[in-house]
Amino acid sequence: MVNDFSELSGMQMDALKEIGNIGAGNAATALAQMLSAKIDMTVPKVNILPFAEVPELIGGADSHVAGIYFNVTGGAPTNILFILSVEKACLLIDMLLGRSMGETRVESLDDMEMSAMMELGNILSATYLNALSMFTNISFIPSVPALGIDMAGAVLDAILAQFGEVADHVLVLETDFTKEDQEVVGHFFLLPEPGSLNTILTALGVNY
Amino acid sequence: MASIIQVGMADLKLARAPDKLMTAGLGSCIGICIIDRSIKLACLAHIMLPSSEQAKNPENKAKFADSALEVVLEEMTKAGASRARLQAKIAGGAQMFKFSGESDIMKIGERNGLAVEANLSKHKIPLLAKDTGGNYGRTITFDPETGDLLVRTIGHGERII
Repeated sequence: MVNDFSELSGMQMDALKEIGNIGAGNAATALAQMLSAKIDMTVPKVNILPFAEVPELIGGADSHVAGIYFNVTGGAPTNILFILSVEKACLLIDMLLGRSMGETRVESLDDMEMSAMMELGNILSATYLNALSMFTNISFIPSVPALGIDMAGAVLDAILAQFGEVADHVLVLETDFTKEDQEVVGHFFLLPEPGSLNTILTALGVNY
Repeated sequence: MASIIQVGMADLKLARAPDKLMTAGLGSCIGICIIDRSIKLACLAHIMLPSSEQAKNPENKAKFADSALEVVLEEMTKAGASRARLQAKIAGGAQMFKFSGESDIMKIGERNGLAVEANLSKHKIPLLAKDTGGNYGRTITFDPETGDLLVRTIGHGERII
């Protein structure tokens, strides 16, 4: 029984990394197809962090980012956040809409461009969750996407606040997507709610 | 040499002039700035949630509007401030995400704002200025020398309240 993230064993951490790998592998394939580009992913990292340190993963609380957030209900409630710098977000929009690079301006994002970002998030999270669901036999139902473009700390804190009622730490399963030239495209975070961890670990056969 | 003291999420810090207090990236969170002008002592608390009453782990007092304010008052009095001279300014409490369905969780910023104001008036601390609400993040710097609160945003201007 895992009540606290700090009680996780090495084996359990590895199991979590493995589901991150499978989920993100599928999401990376989907991203590559959408962008017609070669997309690689990093080996997932499992971090257990105090709230204040989470913004550091994406360049500090002050950095300007775009975040697409999903609240996931079902057998093991969790949260998904795909977050990337605004410059990268604009480049992704250019690629999605078949424009020349640099055409999308962050100062003047219109509904169409924001919708493209949200759709990208939709596909990423759906493919990630599908893989997770097949692997664990748990059903996951993502919400509609919510897009926030602002300071990293501000985008994160409303999400972290949900964990604040029960915890001071958050488990972050992080995968970075990179494009051909090794540039980081975005960070994909899975933030399971504390009670969900047991369900997931049991499904993976590593809860003892 | 004056320094700028950083306050993280769910944290609080004290500073005396010429030092300044700063917290970056306030979204639904609120920065509560309390000052005793006559001794140029200030405190900044970065709270995340409105109330510690229903929390399962209220140990970190700086996380909640109610318990954070109690710690602030205690620390400031210990450092020589007078309760009667304390004044407040607050910023933050935005709603960062717009969902088509209304959810309580996403209204956390608004609830934080109401809770902070209710707790300030409970402790009879006058609220001199506030910059709350909206749907954008704020980075704030509080100066114990002047009592000025500088609010910076991305795309929504910069102001001193």
